[in-house]
Amino acid sequence: MSDNEVAMPEHAAHAAAVAALTAPVPETMRDGGAELVQLLTPEGERVDHVGHPEYSASIDELTDDDLRGFYRDQVLIRRVDAEATALQRQGELGIWASLLGQEAAQVGSARVLRTQDYAFPTYREHGVAWVRGVNPLNLLGLFRGVNQGGWDPNENNFHLYTIVIGAQTLHAVGYAMGIQHDHAVGTGDPDRDAAVIAYFGDGATAQGDVNESFVYAASMNAPVVFFCQNNQWAISQPVEKQTRIPLYQRARGFGFPGVRVDGNDVLAVYAVTKAAMNAARSGQGPMMIEAYTYRMGAHTTSDDPTKYRVSADVEVWKLRDPIARLKAYLTSSGKADKSYFDAVEVEADALAVTIREGCLSMPDPEPASMFDNVYVDEHPLVEAERAAFAAYTASFEGGH
Amino acid sequence: MSEIGIGKAINAGMRRAMERDPKVVIMGEDIGKLGGVFRVTENLQKDFGEDRVIDTPLAESGIVGTAIGMALRGYRPIVEIQFDGFVYPAFSQITCQVAKMRARSLGKIKLPMVIRIPVGGGIGAVEHHSESNEAYFAHTAGLRVVACSNPEDAYWMIQQAIESDDPIVFYEPKRRYHEKGEVDLTATTAPRSLFGATIARVGEDVTVAAYGPMVKVCLDAATVAAEEGRSIEVIDLRSLSPLDLDVLATSVEKTGRLVVTHEAPTFLGMGAEVAAAISQRCFYHLESPVIRVGGYNLPYPPSRVEEDFLPDLDRVLDGVDRALAY
Repeated sequence: MSDNEVAMPEHAAHAAAVAALTAPVPETMRDGGAELVQLLTPEGERVDHVGHPEYSASIDELTDDDLRGFYRDQVLIRRVDAEATALQRQGELGIWASLLGQEAAQVGSARVLRTQDYAFPTYREHGVAWVRGVNPLNLLGLFRGVNQGGWDPNENNFHLYTIVIGAQTLHAVGYAMGIQHDHAVGTGDPDRDAAVIAYFGDGATAQGDVNESFVYAASMNAPVVFFCQNNQWAISQPVEKQTRIPLYQRARGFGFPGVRVDGNDVLAVYAVTKAAMNAARSGQGPMMIEAYTYRMGAHTTSDDPTKYRVSADVEVWKLRDPIARLKAYLTSSGKADKSYFDAVEVEADALAVTIREGCLSMPDPEPASMFDNVYVDEHPLVEAERAAFAAYTASFEGGH
Repeated sequence: MSEIGIGKAINAGMRRAMERDPKVVIMGEDIGKLGGVFRVTENLQKDFGEDRVIDTPLAESGIVGTAIGMALRGYRPIVEIQFDGFVYPAFSQITCQVAKMRARSLGKIKLPMVIRIPVGGGIGAVEHHSESNEAYFAHTAGLRVVACSNPEDAYWMIQQAIESDDPIVFYEPKRRYHEKGEVDLTATTAPRSLFGATIARVGEDVTVAAYGPMVKVCLDAATVAAEEGRSIEVIDLRSLSPLDLDVLATSVEKTGRLVVTHEAPTFLGMGAEVAAAISQRCFYHLESPVIRVGGYNLPYPPSRVEEDFLPDLDRVLDGVDRALAY
C-alpha cells in the first residue's frame, strides 16, 4: 500500500473543511451576506438589525441636523474628489486616489470620533480628513507633489496619509498603547477616554504589518478599532482571490470581535463604529469592522479597471450608492427637502471652485527647502549639501 | 568610579534616563523578567514596571511600528532588537516610516526613538546572529547611527541617544558586552558629544579608523605595532551618521596614511564612504591610497570559520603594512 492511498481519506476531509469555509460566489456580486449590518436599505428604507437594538438606538439619538450633516459631508467630499480627479486629468495633480463610492464608510465612521480620538488613514481617506477638519487643499498638496502631506497631525488628530500598505495600523496600535499608558481609557470620563481608529483596505489584510497589528492590539488589549474598507479590489485583484473567508471573520482568530457592516449605509457604519469606539474607550480592547463597499472608480488615476473587471459589477453597485439612499431616506422621512439639497449643491459648487483655484495657485516649494526638516537637530552632511546646493545654483546667471 | 562591562553600562544609562524622564519606555522581546537575551535590560522591568519595560510579541516590524505610535503619543521609546539579523523584518518601518516622518510632516512632528541593535560576530552563533548592517541605516537620510566601543561611551551615548529628538540606531558590540572599563556613574555631564569621533590612541605613522567591536582589535594591533617600532593612531569614529570627518582628517593630515576597518563587508561599506571622503579632503596629504580592512563580501560564514572572516589583529597590521608600502 502506498503512502498516497493512506492519505486519501484525510485529503477528502480536508477538502470538505475548506469547501465549508470558502465562499462559493464571487464576493463582488454579493450583497455582503446575512451577517451584514444594515440600517438603511439601498432604496433608503430605514430598517432595524435583528439582535442589535443598540445600533438603532444610537441612530435614534441623532438629530435631524446630524443626519443632514451626514448627507452634506458626503456630497461635499464627493465633489472635492471629482474636482481632484479632473485636476489630475488636466495635469495639475500627478495622481489621485478616488474615494468614489466609499463616502458613507468614511463619513459615517469619522463622525463617531471625539476630539481626543486619533485616526490613522491610508491615502484614500479624504472623507475622514474632511470630517476631522483637514483642509482638502492639504490633501491635494501630496498628490500635486508640493509636499509629502505636510499637515500637522496633532491639529486634528488625523495622521499623515500612509502610502506603504498597512504600515499605519501598527502606528495606530502604538498610539493606542500610549493612550493606555496615559490612563486615558476606561475612566468613564467622556472627555478623557480615547481610542484610535486604523483605516486600511481589503488588500492590506494580506500585509504582515496588519496581521502584526492585530496580534499586538490583542496582546495589549489596546483601545483601537480596525476599520477595513473592503472595496472589493486591491488594484486589479478581487477580494475572493485575497481571502478564503469573509474578512471580518479573521478578527475571531486574533481574539477580538469582527463585524461586517454595509459600507454604503452611513447610518449602519456610524452605529457600528460608535459601538466599537465606545467599547475601546471603555477598556474592552480592539475590534475589527469590515465596511462592505465598492471602489466605483479606478484604484488611482493611473489605473485602468476596464482591463480586469466588467461594467455589470459597477452597475450593480451604482444601485447601492451611499448618497442616493440617504437622500431618499431624508426625503421620505421629511428631514430634508429640495431646498436643502439645492443649497448643498450650491455649497459643493463653491467648494469645487475653491479647490480648483487653491490647487492652481499652490506654489511649488523652494528647491532648497528639501534640506529642511530631515532632522530635528543640525546634521553636518545635510548642512554641507545645503550650502553646496546654494553655491551651485548661485553659480548660474540669475541663480538658475 | 565603577569597573563595569558595556552591557551593564548600557543598563545603567537606560536606568538613569528612565529615572529622569517618565516618558522613556523600553520595548522588545524577552526584555522583562529575562532581562533580554544579553541581560542588558536586567532588573529594569522589576524596578520600573511592565508599563515601562514592555515585553512585546515576537514580531520586529510590530515592535518598531508600535514604538512609532508611542512616540507620536509623546513617549520616548527605546526599542531592543534581539539580534542584528532580526532587524530586517522591521526594515520598512525603520527606513520608510521612522526615517521620513519628520520630513513628511514638514517638521510638525518628531520621533524620538532609539533602536538598539547588538551587532557583529565573534560569539560562535548560528546564522543571522552575527551581522553588521550599519551601512543600510547610515545610508538612510533621517536616521542617525552610532556605535559604542567601551563602557564609558556605552553609558553616556545611550543616555544622549535617548535625549536626542531624532531617531537613532544604536549599535552595541555584542562580543564585548562583558569587557570592563572605568565608568563614573556619579558624573552629571557627558564627557563628549554623541556625534564626534575620538582619538583612542595617539600615533604618528598610520591612522587606523574603527568603530564598535573593531576598536579594541585596532588598539591591540597598535600595541603590537609599537613593539615593532610603528606608531599607529587609532580613531574611534563612534558616530556613523553624521560622520565626524574633522577628527579623522586632522589625523590623516598628520600621518598621511589611513586604514579603515569594520566587520561588515567592505563593498559599499562604511569604509568605502570614509575612503572617498578622506581621499577628496586630504588628497595632498595622503602618502598612500586609503586601505580597507573588513569582512569579505560573503554571507556571514559558519561560526567555525568566522575567525578567518572577521578582521583580526593580524589583518589590521597587514593593512597597515600595505599602507606603509607606498
